[in-house]
Amino acid sequence: MLNYTLRRLAFAVPTVLVISLIVFLMLDMAPGDPTASLPLTIPPEVREQMRLALGLGDPVLVRYVKWLHMMVVVEPSHMIANATGWNIGVEGPRILSWQTRSPVGDIIVQRMPQTLWVVGLGYLFGILIAVPIGVISAYRQYSWFDQAGTFVSMVGFSVPTFFTGVVFILIFSVWLGWFPSMYDTTHQVRDWDSFVFQVRQIAMPVAVLALFNASQISRFMRASMLDNLNQDYVRTARAKGLREKTVVLVHVLRNSMIPVVTVIAIGIPTVFTGAIITEQIFRVNGLGDALIRAIYVSDWPMVQTITFIFAILIVLFNLIADVLYGILDPRIRYD
Amino acid sequence: MTDASMQPSGTPPPPAEDVHDLRPPRNQWWDVWDQFKTHKGALAGMIVFISILLFVTAGPWIWAVDPGLIDIRSRNQGSSWAHPMGTDQLGRDILARMMYGGRVSVAVGLVAMLLGLLLGTLIGVLAGYFKPMDGPLMRLTDLFLALPLLPLLLILVTLFRDTLEGMFGQATGVFLLIVFAIAITSWMQTARIVRGDVLALKEREFVLAARSIGTPSRRINTRHILPNVMSPIMVSATLGIATAIITESALSFLGLGFPPDFPTWGRILYDGRDWIEQYPARVVWPGVFISLTVLSVNYIGDGLRDALDPRIRGR
Repeated sequence: MLNYTLRRLAFAVPTVLVISLIVFLMLDMAPGDPTASLPLTIPPEVREQMRLALGLGDPVLVRYVKWLHMMVVVEPSHMIANATGWNIGVEGPRILSWQTRSPVGDIIVQRMPQTLWVVGLGYLFGILIAVPIGVISAYRQYSWFDQAGTFVSMVGFSVPTFFTGVVFILIFSVWLGWFPSMYDTTHQVRDWDSFVFQVRQIAMPVAVLALFNASQISRFMRASMLDNLNQDYVRTARAKGLREKTVVLVHVLRNSMIPVVTVIAIGIPTVFTGAIITEQIFRVNGLGDALIRAIYVSDWPMVQTITFIFAILIVLFNLIADVLYGILDPRIRYD
Repeated sequence: MTDASMQPSGTPPPPAEDVHDLRPPRNQWWDVWDQFKTHKGALAGMIVFISILLFVTAGPWIWAVDPGLIDIRSRNQGSSWAHPMGTDQLGRDILARMMYGGRVSVAVGLVAMLLGLLLGTLIGVLAGYFKPMDGPLMRLTDLFLALPLLPLLLILVTLFRDTLEGMFGQATGVFLLIVFAIAITSWMQTARIVRGDVLALKEREFVLAARSIGTPSRRINTRHILPNVMSPIMVSATLGIATAIITESALSFLGLGFPPDFPTWGRILYDGRDWIEQYPARVVWPGVFISLTVLSVNYIGDGLRDALDPRIRGR
């Protein structure tokens, strides 16, 4: 198992590098220029010197290696230094955002918690809704609950999040006035009232994501339960007199969870990228919002960094899913 | 796609009365259609999808209103006989905009799906059939699967929009860009499925027989292997339409799709969002159309999957 993990890890690193190189080369062709927004009165020689100072004079591969060094050495060291207070920040230039002229890493650290809260809660609630629905749907296959559940999950899976989000705003903030339609990121939780406000403002984005995720996961859960319910070991368990509850919730559910867990793991990065849209609807200033804004104003270092983070997430969780599958299912032998 | 694949959606099945002992050989697609009919959701999905196709293709002939006609005096109207879906803030007729917008959205969905399918099938067949290409092509597929697709799409659209607009004009340029961008980010699943099937098929006796009578590889693939991987390809085609339509609308919704004077469902939804408190219908119509299209296509895909599975068929 360890051998397999190491082998996969050895393959994951070049994958991430190639992806980052692709994005880097693509953005390198972009017409945007950090000196474009400077006043026209600056003479061309000075402008050229500024470009050189920003490191734009080197060949593209040199710039890529420099960027990579900043990305994987300098920025993480500063993040750890800020988080722990240790003085381990590596000296040297950091990746600067062209729009704010501040290090990209700092902006990402500011934006991360909002995204993590919204996406994490959305995914968590999605799983919590999906598993029982999938189990009951499969156990009572073709019952009215199953029919309704399958239909609802089909709808939830087909309706894009930008429409569910807008409908939620329409119903719950415009008509009923229960929740605020915009997420106030400056809000701080200090006492009970501010906590209630936080819950109210996070409710809708979380609900939108939870619904979408639940409809996807419950389909897998149902299919996986159906595969297992007709297996011989279930009959054996019933025959030896186990209660129905034990049979379904212990024997079948545990075995059905194996593929579902891997699906959940693979889905995590997609949820991050998918949350870009949800963040736009509710104006949550998370990572996805930072990406969209950076794209609007051609702030390529920012775009590059966030895309790199997403790529790492995808590769990492694919790896985790495969390893988990091997750990959970003793029938799978990778070595 | 072969001609045979188009049959289930076309003419009705033969009457069931003429059952005699020596029935003429029956095309397998009739069996598929018979099974497909039993899936109520799929049938309903097909009816809805065909209605939507009619709405966007034939609709503008019946409702001959210019979607770009600005009539500022009758702006922000509700539903009326003159404007069944009302008008927007510039007095443009929303029904006409929905029809023209639907044309673009559905066209993007279909063309992007076809391109992605073509690319996926090509790579899948090459990887599955020709051993030396298997490794590199599958690594490429893995690489593409690890790409953060939505951010990449956004970057692609922002970077190449001006170039393509300059080359092909505004509308065509953006259309080509979005179709290509969606296609090159959505072929991987098809390629994997096709490769798996081709790997299993090429060891079968009928392929061996074909090879032993000297059939060239190209013809073995087109005549013997491809028809047999048609079923998974068709299922991923339906899923491909759904994803492509959602992706296009999402791009438009993020303001990075088609230009503002060029309506698509996603764009109408995006524009209507600023008026949601006063005129919610403006957001609901495009949203409902996108959702209905995707839902119907997904149901068709579900029905097709069951109908094309010979283990389920005939039960």
